[in-house]
Amino acid sequence: MAQHSRKGAQFQALTANRLADGIVVYLTADDRWSESLQEADVADGKADGEALLARAQATVATNIVVEPYLFEVTRDEDGIRAASVRETIRQAGPTVRLDLGKQAELPGVHR
Amino acid sequence: MYRYDEFDHQLVNERVAQFRGQVARRLSGELTEDEFKPLRLMNGVYLQLHAYMLRVAIPYGTLSSKQLRMLAHIGRKYDRGYGHFTTRQNLQYNWPALKDMPDVLHDLATVEMHAIQTSGNCIRNVTSDQYAGAAKDEIEDPRIVSEIIRQWSTFHPEFSFLPRKFKIAVSGTPDDRAAIRVHDIGIQIVRNGKGEIGYEVYVGGGLGRTPMIGKKIADFVPKEDLLAYLEAVMRVYNMYGRRDNIYKARIKILVHEIGAEEMKRQVDAEFAEIRKTGALHLPAEEVARIQAYFAPPAYETLPDESTELNKAVLADRDFANWVKSNIAAHRVPGYAIVNISLKPIGGTPGDCSSDQMDAVADIAEKYSFDELRVTHEQNLTLADVRKKDLPAVHAALKAAGLATANINLITDQIACPGLDYCALANARSIPLAQQISERFSDLDRQHDIGELKINTSGCINACGHHHVGHIGILGVDKKGVEYYQVTLGGAADEKTAIGDIVGPAFTEEQIVDAIETIVTTYLGLRQPGERFIDTYRRTGIDPFKESLYATH
Ligand code: HEM
Ligand code: SF4
Repeated sequence: MAQHSRKGAQFQALTANRLADGIVVYLTADDRWSESLQEADVADGKADGEALLARAQATVATNIVVEPYLFEVTRDEDGIRAASVRETIRQAGPTVRLDLGKQAELPGVHR
Repeated sequence: MYRYDEFDHQLVNERVAQFRGQVARRLSGELTEDEFKPLRLMNGVYLQLHAYMLRVAIPYGTLSSKQLRMLAHIGRKYDRGYGHFTTRQNLQYNWPALKDMPDVLHDLATVEMHAIQTSGNCIRNVTSDQYAGAAKDEIEDPRIVSEIIRQWSTFHPEFSFLPRKFKIAVSGTPDDRAAIRVHDIGIQIVRNGKGEIGYEVYVGGGLGRTPMIGKKIADFVPKEDLLAYLEAVMRVYNMYGRRDNIYKARIKILVHEIGAEEMKRQVDAEFAEIRKTGALHLPAEEVARIQAYFAPPAYETLPDESTELNKAVLADRDFANWVKSNIAAHRVPGYAIVNISLKPIGGTPGDCSSDQMDAVADIAEKYSFDELRVTHEQNLTLADVRKKDLPAVHAALKAAGLATANINLITDQIACPGLDYCALANARSIPLAQQISERFSDLDRQHDIGELKINTSGCINACGHHHVGHIGILGVDKKGVEYYQVTLGGAADEKTAIGDIVGPAFTEEQIVDAIETIVTTYLGLRQPGERFIDTYRRTGIDPFKESLYATH
């Protein structure tokens, strides 16, 4: 599997797929699962990241999401961005069939 | 085509009911993900990047119009209006929700379809020649054997927990369109000196991280012994195949490690044992019963030449180009095989919208005995069309955006879903195929280049068959950036070869230019009548290396 998180990553967010429909979601600061990366809680540094992951794993038993993991993000004037191509695609949909789904709703993410 | 008997119906309906219960228990939390995952995989349900993915089995790629209409309906109702035909002649939906999955499987079951044997370490859906029954030099319809193997292998208790997945392909003609030499078992139907039909058997082929070409271990297995022989192969594999390392678990590794000779010896010994007990002898009546399902359709007696066709070819250049590339010879006079390209310029290889599926179903119903095929090159085939109907078929396909005239040309590419959909991917495949398709869109240029197969996979699992593309492209990940490694000289036909790596990988920006450089190099080197692969076999890799890397 492609690496989505780098060892030395400064900023990390937490993602998973929603159990019922598989849709990509992010853990928010108030422990909700949001479809928008912009609502994601962003951990700064390693210890913060581990705490974020622990919070996510605690929710797995509630059967809302599956396969939670951390991934690297950056912040710029447009908000939170995924660092890797893989996570950018998970966030904003495939880079093909731009007429459908998130690809159509979030223009400008796939540059 | 094959129709379910009462056992098949019962089996599939029970499976749907069972899965409905399992999904409900997962959603309510009674089952954990770890408990549920193997259950969903047994029903063809994967979790991908954006959503669940459902893989629907299309045994040996044969479908009725009614079944295709159901696939269209499911695409519309539970997905986003399209499906993706794969190199295993199956169909994948990219967006269904888990909670809908039992309903999808229920709908499939109403047309005798399911997702069994599309995942897991079992004998997978058998694949075969899309020209089955229609090919000119066919020895026997390969779907008969394929169906016999399907019935034997479905839920076979001994082969439900193999060391790894197991893929079988069957070809009924000397021209191999089913890539049998890159399957765990490849079956070539042959006729012996006495005129009897039997089977040549290849084992240990495969792609993925360790590509291997299958080795022939039997020249002629008599018809009645086929299942006993296959069982012998499976036993040897089940006993000695490695279970300690997932990357070494395929039969190809076993055959490679012990050698083809030793494999043959062991299989022969096991085969002798099975024969002694007399089990698994295939009775002629049973073969005849299955054969009857694949009886030739009611062909009309027609002259081989069609004046309607000849006139239309002269009158319409688009039509003439389509006939030139998409039509293959049929064994019955006055008939033709029609290939429907799912590779429009700039499109996603293998994608088909629900509306297009409906259109193809209507065309197949009207012009090709209500039946069609999926090809391992991600196209569709209408196997039995009257030549005089070709203009009407072309017009109907054109209206549905399905008349792309490029079969076997450079824009007829295979590509796996890659990083746009697949959780295992390193790099994207589809956008690359799209860019290459745009670059070579000019049809005259495509015809000038001639037969050339470009296959792209987004990771080493090789779902896009890159090892056996004349030009193969493999996506690799270098620190989160997509790179593409190129191989040359692969082939998946009766002269199967694994491509040679040409040199260091290219970036996303460089790769399409690199492909063009390879093509131009070939055009400069080729001798009259040579296809890309012929030139490559004559010159070897050096001139291509030179033109790709010398100037950099
Ligand atoms: C998107 C979800 C998919 C996943 C998770 C997946 C996974 C895999 C894996 C893990 C392998 C390597 C198996 C091994 O070598 O033991 C493999 C091989 C293969 N897959 Fe897929 N695949 C996917 C989609 C596809 C699609 C869409 C196609 C057809 C276009 C396909 C066709 C194949 C083929 C032909 C192989 C061949 C290699 C062989 O048999 O040695 N797969 N796949
Ligand atoms: S080759 Fe890799 S990227 Fe492509 S579909 Fe297979 S597993 Fe996914």
